Amino acid sequence: MTTISGNRGPLIEEPLIFEQATPGRCGVDWEKPAAYEDRLGGLRKKGKIGLPDIAEPTVIRHYTRLSQKNVGIDTVFYPLGSCTMKYNPRLNEKTARLPGLSQAHPFQPVSTVQGALELMDQCAHWLKVLTGMPAVAMSPAAGAHGEFCGLMAIRAAIEARGEGDKRLKVLVPESAHGTNPASAAICGFSVESIPANDRGRVDLAALKAKLGPDVAAVMVTNPNTCGLFEDEVLEISKAVHDAGAYFYCDGANYNAIVGRVRIADLGVDAMHINLHKTFSTPHGGGGPGAGPTVLSEALAPFAPVPYVVHDDKGFRLVEHAHESEGKPCGRLKGFHGQFGVMVRALSYMMALGADGLRQCAEDAVLNANYLLAQLKDELTPSFEGPCMHEALFDDRFLKDTGVTTLDFAKALIDEGFHPMTMYFPLVVHGALLMEPTETESKATLDKFVASVKGLARQAKEGNSADAFKAAPIYAPRRRLDETAAARTPVLRWKDQAAE
Amino acid sequence: MRYLPLTAADRRSMLDAIGVKSVDDLYRDVPQAARRDGLVDLPLSASEMEVERRIAKLAAKNLTAATAPMFCGAGVYRHHVPAAVDAMIQRGEFLTSYTPYQPEVAQGTLQYLFEFQTQVALITGMEVANASLYDAATGTSEAIAMAARVTRRTKALISGGVHPHYSETSEASLRYTGLEIETLAPDPLGTEDLLGRLSPDLACVVVQNPSFFGRLNDLKVLADSCHEMGILLVVVVTEPVSLGLVASPGEMGADIVVVEGQSLGIGMNFGGPGLGLFATRDKFLRQMPGRLTGQTVDQDGKRGWVLTLSTREQHIRREKATSNICTNSGLCALAFSIHMTMLGETGFTALAELNHARAVELADKVGAIKGIKVLNDAFFNEFAVTVPGSAAELVEKLAAKGILGGVPASRLYPTWPELDNVLLLAATETNSDEDLDALVSALKELV
Repeated sequence: MTTISGNRGPLIEEPLIFEQATPGRCGVDWEKPAAYEDRLGGLRKKGKIGLPDIAEPTVIRHYTRLSQKNVGIDTVFYPLGSCTMKYNPRLNEKTARLPGLSQAHPFQPVSTVQGALELMDQCAHWLKVLTGMPAVAMSPAAGAHGEFCGLMAIRAAIEARGEGDKRLKVLVPESAHGTNPASAAICGFSVESIPANDRGRVDLAALKAKLGPDVAAVMVTNPNTCGLFEDEVLEISKAVHDAGAYFYCDGANYNAIVGRVRIADLGVDAMHINLHKTFSTPHGGGGPGAGPTVLSEALAPFAPVPYVVHDDKGFRLVEHAHESEGKPCGRLKGFHGQFGVMVRALSYMMALGADGLRQCAEDAVLNANYLLAQLKDELTPSFEGPCMHEALFDDRFLKDTGVTTLDFAKALIDEGFHPMTMYFPLVVHGALLMEPTETESKATLDKFVASVKGLARQAKEGNSADAFKAAPIYAPRRRLDETAAARTPVLRWKDQAAE
Repeated sequence: MRYLPLTAADRRSMLDAIGVKSVDDLYRDVPQAARRDGLVDLPLSASEMEVERRIAKLAAKNLTAATAPMFCGAGVYRHHVPAAVDAMIQRGEFLTSYTPYQPEVAQGTLQYLFEFQTQVALITGMEVANASLYDAATGTSEAIAMAARVTRRTKALISGGVHPHYSETSEASLRYTGLEIETLAPDPLGTEDLLGRLSPDLACVVVQNPSFFGRLNDLKVLADSCHEMGILLVVVVTEPVSLGLVASPGEMGADIVVVEGQSLGIGMNFGGPGLGLFATRDKFLRQMPGRLTGQTVDQDGKRGWVLTLSTREQHIRREKATSNICTNSGLCALAFSIHMTMLGETGFTALAELNHARAVELADKVGAIKGIKVLNDAFFNEFAVTVPGSAAELVEKLAAKGILGGVPASRLYPTWPELDNVLLLAATETNSDEDLDALVSALKELV
């Protein structure tokens, strides 16, 4: 049954802003400048831009309605594996908006921004102490950017050794995030894949066979994307170093081991830390994040500019390579990095402290193992437990049911959950990767378990494939035609009347 | 611990359900040598009140535009952000959602990204825009790499009017991609001869408008000359508000446009996060980096949106992707888009006019001071002046008087002594008459 308006109760069909223009209205009031002669050199714009004029109440209603078509951590359980969708404390939003921080300009004299520089330095200090690493590059804007930063430092270090044209290969496990090989490629490295063993870890023998004088680095995610700790990590790092290469650790899953494992003890040369995962800064629908990258003694001199130093005159910024005592790999981002994200992460680290951060890691691992234990009989876990912060299942439990991982995920939407990560990692068939994080209660996990088990039973009982294919029914939209979107791309609104 | 819902009893019963004695058993795959007992040497957990106090103490050590007259620009500008923007972006459904991988429950994010892409295309005068990159510095680097893919050429020329952070980021980021990048000397007077340097082996020429030194340039002749040789013209804009008053890069013939979006909705935040706007022509779409949102329909035939053309991206293409970028700047794009919606055509053009008028007034007042010379005859809301002696020292003296009096060119160009006397001054709608008077009278005293 449909309504006359097309709305479903409070769920309103909301047009584009461009379809709501009310010419003559405006969402802001600006005074007109006194008469003056412009100095635009004859480049004054002619004609209209085409932006819609809308009054403020309409704007508020528009974005409020759009928000209601989204789910977030604040509204639902969001066990998206590899993404660490933990609660984002509101305190961090408040501190980031303190005018003494948010109203600072990056090029003010350093004498006027000692507090901002001290804050960056403190954030760096926490990350260095937690990981046991001697240095951290704070400027990377995201995880992938941190990978790039680490690999740039590795490339610079190899060039400084005079091996720049010999070591041009990076080894990446097949279970890695797609960003790993993509980052290696833009650093000019060729990429070779390392297979996983039957325990879901890096195949050490295969890795050793590929190591040689042509290898610059090995990139390993630890805990890995199967949610498992690389239990041979010490053998891996030793083999990598014995071969004269550097050991890059993808720190996307650092949340599982904060305070329990020192990254330096694993023989890591570089690891990025996703502040928007482990340190709770909001994902914001896909950014902004931050990917500070901790570096070993061997790589520290090659860290990019800018960075903060502290001496008897106070805090200052090294903004240019020639001012550095090291050999920076250059500048990889504008200004001084994702400062607003650093404020949030530091607030979070201060709130939890050494004790709370360790407890977070333990609870994240406990929650994931609880899901694994509760679901292992109904679903098909890909590997033996215990897992770390996420539990990986494959689609064997759906065999011959006509229901796919995708269908199963869409059915979970109707159950009131955001689906787990699907079809990643690529090393198992039809992957379902669940990361509950530490900020979920047992009661929430139990409800989720009940729904997942119930759906699995429905699938296995048979004759339910059509119902699964129809899901979701209760979401703001049903399944969307992605093929049509790609075949005939419509990537912006156009004024039909004007064309 | 207030962020952790599990109680001791929960933990006990969950460990029992798992069938282990303690949480240590769950970490048994960590080699003994890598396990840490005890706590790291950092402060213990703290109350909300205590954390707020500690961060506020750091904030209080800064002198900022919240209290001081401020005329700094050089790629980051202070504008008034309507209260509605911050109220809307803090809705948890926006703030705490992920990249819209499950479009049925992410239509809010996808629809605002579609609207954002449209707004960016409109203000840049281009046909298509992506859902944003990290910032304009990394965006410039992406634009050069894209131009190389489109033209299958390996050389790029960067004007000396481009923000030095953008050229430095491009040079470093593309060092190992086989591209050869030449950046021209800083060009405060706008005298560089780009036309004379064009050659048919160039993938692109990168210019900024207004330039880093505030100079506005007509790019039409340059664009035509580039196109005759098959060169793409990349136009970078550090101040999007200028697009409300000045002819757009698209109108002037740009092929790729990169804009720093920080001015609208986002705030200064000591320079980050920013927002990279990225727009181009339809014909280059498949070589574009970053996320794209496209329109489609759902099973019931209702209009909706999805991420699309993802076969360009790293999660599908891995080492063959157009970029390694994974996220965009979603929440910054939302802030930008809400601010643009609040402004609309009327507000956006009025805001731009107000900025230019304020800068003209400042240029006239500062230019009238003996010893100070305004270098630009055409500018938007920022211009360069020469002062007697060191601009950096002058700025320090102004700061001692509680005025943040612009950016000395030497801050970004420390190895160019001929720029030591060059000061960049920006004025926006946020600068009051009192601010201008304070700066002018302090300059009269100090110069």
